[in-house]
Amino acid sequence: MCLAIPARIVAIAPSSDLATVALGDVRKEVSLALLEDAAIGDYVLVHVGYALNKISPEEAEITLRLMAEMGVQADPRTAIREAGGAAGDAA
Amino acid sequence: MRYVDEFRDRDQAVRLAAAIASAAKPDREYRVMEFCGGHTHAIYRYGLADLMPPNLGFVHGPGCPVCVLPTARIDQAIALGEERGVTLCTYADMMRVPGGDRRSLLAAKADGADIRMVYSTQDALAIARAEPERQVVFFAIGFETTTPPTAVAMQQARAEGLANFAVFCNHVLTPPALRAILSACEGVRIDGILGPSHVSTVIGSEPYGFVAEEFATPLVIAGFEPLDLMQATLMLVRQIDAGVCAVENQYRRAVSPAGNRKAKSLMAACFEVRDRFEWRGLGFLPHSALRIRDDWADLDAEVRFPLAPVASREQKGCECPAILRGQKAPVDCRLFGTACTPQNPLGSCMVSSEGACAAYWSYGRFRDAAPPRERAA
Repeated sequence: MCLAIPARIVAIAPSSDLATVALGDVRKEVSLALLEDAAIGDYVLVHVGYALNKISPEEAEITLRLMAEMGVQADPRTAIREAGGAAGDAA
Repeated sequence: MRYVDEFRDRDQAVRLAAAIASAAKPDREYRVMEFCGGHTHAIYRYGLADLMPPNLGFVHGPGCPVCVLPTARIDQAIALGEERGVTLCTYADMMRVPGGDRRSLLAAKADGADIRMVYSTQDALAIARAEPERQVVFFAIGFETTTPPTAVAMQQARAEGLANFAVFCNHVLTPPALRAILSACEGVRIDGILGPSHVSTVIGSEPYGFVAEEFATPLVIAGFEPLDLMQATLMLVRQIDAGVCAVENQYRRAVSPAGNRKAKSLMAACFEVRDRFEWRGLGFLPHSALRIRDDWADLDAEVRFPLAPVASREQKGCECPAILRGQKAPVDCRLFGTACTPQNPLGSCMVSSEGACAAYWSYGRFRDAAPPRERAA
């Protein structure tokens, strides 16, 4: 129910809350009524026809960098074996 | 960046699984509750349960608004849909949920009631504009994520003078449900909580402070993609091991401490907290849902169409209530996969695609039929 999908704003209708977002090749009209400000090119989370929030590219980069750092601290081979997968044995 | 593929990267998932396995101490159990049904679905869809060490199990929470809506409210919605001159608009998720006597909105529609599926509150407004002779009632369900769109529709209806539009409000609140799970559910030990993604984009991370302060339980707000969930799980394991209880935010790209101020102020303008509201599985919880404010009463379907009170009735043998409390897993239910399937659902957790039973059925019913590793705890 609370599913929301990232989509890019490609057009904003003048003098209304409506915008067109692109999700791959799919175009959809959504309402921007819940956002303070939004511009063409922004990524937003789309939920039941509304843009819920903007997605911050800077914060996304930080999250990906933290993930990469967290991942290097473990030895993947032992861990996969412990997690029950077969890939560790094959490697 | 498209904010999808980057967070589904296979190699990074393998590395995070390794990091979780090496962080988790082998001599203890980790019981992590994912509050949100969307997370339950993602955990099964991407096979995350299989990437976890054997002593880390996921407990499924009540964060599926379709699942927690009591049968009484469904029966009232059906009664509304059957009123002469009324068109009931509902999100598709609700159509097949059985009410107290196993009758659903879909069955009522087949019997001739004017019940229509909509994708957005904007669609319901469009119907009200196009058919002024009909009373258009929007069956509003959902947590804080789905509430602001209802508020926008109410404001628009008033601004346009759409007198034939009304809202049957069943919006519920996340923090009181978390409180109920943490304080009242016997037999459920929870070491940490994966906090909801999109509820939190609206309410922010601040309202979860009580989880750490009052219940000494760590909480990490997690995004919806598989790597988000794995990173958040690792953050929880580290907190648990360090004996720390804090609210952390993994989903920083969309969640801020204060949330979406505009959405919150729209909600506050139209809704106020109900004294109490019934939740399937959790009973009547104080201050756990929203009602329409008195100055918006002209848009309140419960005022416009006085509804007869109905008592909720559970399907005999259905374990949805215990599953929603985290006390049982779907495979513990006698009806699961036999009398109750997605084609012929008896309980709400099987109807909603985000329900724990539907997730088990779609992705895990064969694995968990074997000695259930995930339920070992």
